Amino acid sequence: MTAMLDIKDLRAYYGQVQALHGLEFHLKEGSMTTLLGANGAGKTTTLRAICNMVRSTGTIEFEGKPLSGKSTENIVRLGIAHVPQGRGTFTTMTVEENLQLGAISRSDRAGIADDVERMYDHFPVLKQRHTQQAGTLSGGEQQMLAVARALMLRPRLMLLDEPSFGLAPLIVRDLFKILGKINREHKVTILVVEQNAQLALELADTAYVIETGRIVMSGSAKDISNNEDVRKSYLGY
Amino acid sequence: MELLTNQILAGIATGAIYACMALAVVMIYQAIDHLNFAQGEMAMFSTFMAWQMMQWGVPYWAAFVLTLILSFIGGIAIERLLFKPLAKAPILTNVAGFIALFAIVNSVAGLIWDFTIKQFPSPFGSAPFLGSQLISTHQAGMIGVTIGLLVLLFLFFRFTRIGLAMRAAATLPESARLVGINTSWMIALGWGMASAIGAIAGLLIAPVVFLEPNMMGGVLIYGFAAAVLGGLSSPLGAVVGGFLVGIFENLVGTYIPGAGNELKLPIALALIVIVLVVKPSGLFGHTVIKRV
Ligand SMILES: Nc1ncnc2c1ncn2[C@@H]1O[C@H](COP(=O)(O)OP(=O)(O)OP(=O)(O)O)[C@@H](O)[C@H]1O
Ligand SMILES: [Mg+2]
Repeated sequence: MTAMLDIKDLRAYYGQVQALHGLEFHLKEGSMTTLLGANGAGKTTTLRAICNMVRSTGTIEFEGKPLSGKSTENIVRLGIAHVPQGRGTFTTMTVEENLQLGAISRSDRAGIADDVERMYDHFPVLKQRHTQQAGTLSGGEQQMLAVARALMLRPRLMLLDEPSFGLAPLIVRDLFKILGKINREHKVTILVVEQNAQLALELADTAYVIETGRIVMSGSAKDISNNEDVRKSYLGY
Repeated sequence: MELLTNQILAGIATGAIYACMALAVVMIYQAIDHLNFAQGEMAMFSTFMAWQMMQWGVPYWAAFVLTLILSFIGGIAIERLLFKPLAKAPILTNVAGFIALFAIVNSVAGLIWDFTIKQFPSPFGSAPFLGSQLISTHQAGMIGVTIGLLVLLFLFFRFTRIGLAMRAAATLPESARLVGINTSWMIALGWGMASAIGAIAGLLIAPVVFLEPNMMGGVLIYGFAAAVLGGLSSPLGAVVGGFLVGIFENLVGTYIPGAGNELKLPIALALIVIVLVVKPSGLFGHTVIKRV
């Protein structure tokens, strides 16, 4: 079995500070995986390392090819969309311009126009506000915009860093439903980092738990959420 | 009253030059968050290249287009060779880079073309514009070119994908990389465009001040003032700032007794400082809220 994303002995550094200490994990094609862990465990750092946004060593292979030495923009162009922590919205631009930017590395104009319409179907509120400055959207709307912008790449793999952050529980459910749909219908492999472990485990098929830069637990999402010890000691519910 | 209208018109005419310089300044500032002190010298060098071509018998408009192309390439080359390596260096290192570039371009121009002043032709002539004594055809042409340039830049940034990518790279480089934009090349492109816009400014101003290696010194100060007054964030702000500085300067020279030619620069700059004290982000700037 070949993994879509295969990570071995990943170590990441902020200056002298080491944040990841030999991480190993892989994602199966078409899977929905969640990466859980406490604040400061290294979840964001892991996603940043995949996109070469932090200095790291070890091997990261995407569809069998190593990513090391590639620039962030070239990694993205391979089909890896990354919704960063804090969303990374272009707040001074319009909603529609944000979507266009998501597709900036593509050249099929007709396909891009179709996809914009498709995003408006997924997220009707974005259609209502398409000429509005993105910075004026509510937090939930901006999160939807961030997901839509990432989808405009037509990614093969999507990395999401705490998509539920700051959202009302009902909106989180909506968002996760949409992610599930994207995963199944568009065959996008998804790796989602979450604080909201309970919800993430309901949705994902595989889960990894990370603690101070190391994977301390892995398995099917069902097993992990059924294991009371794990839940108590790592996930806090 | 007629004196006032005359002075405002004349102010707009000189303001067009400042507006052009300010456009170039804003282009680079948007890309790298620094004021390019060598912008004026680069423009002067471009103007000399055009002059040289015309000496060799190239017609004006052909020399104009060739100069723009060469300046565009030259701007990109300067960024790749000198400022890309300094991208992560402290601000003072960059400032030193700009000053070095200033000195090098200035003395190389002096070496090749010496420091004697040279006539430079205007494509618009110098007859009275529409038979009026207020402004000349050259001044009217300058205003027209500046406004045309502004419209082109607006269309470029608003309606082209590369313009959109440049804006994204300037506002949020990290997010821009995450949608696949090569931000480093966007900066180089900004330098190329700024260099070409500066060349236009140089070609328009040379018929007025005569061509020599130090011709842009005063102009660049006004260009900076215009860019800052306009808020350093938009081409429109730069152009409006340029016209306002031109008008200020002329009105100060005319109406403040004893100001004359010596004091109009400091007084105009003082007025600008006052505006900035009241509105620190400039007339068209939006206050940038930096997240910590
Ligand atoms: N820019 C930085 N400079 C120095 N250290 C950093 C930096 N960013 C993160 N770290 C450190 O790296 C470690 C992992 O941080 P990371 O942001 O990956 O955690 P996280 O799991 O995403 O946490 P959270 O749930 O709070 O987002 C932490 O100890 C943090 O202090
Ligand atoms: Mg994080």
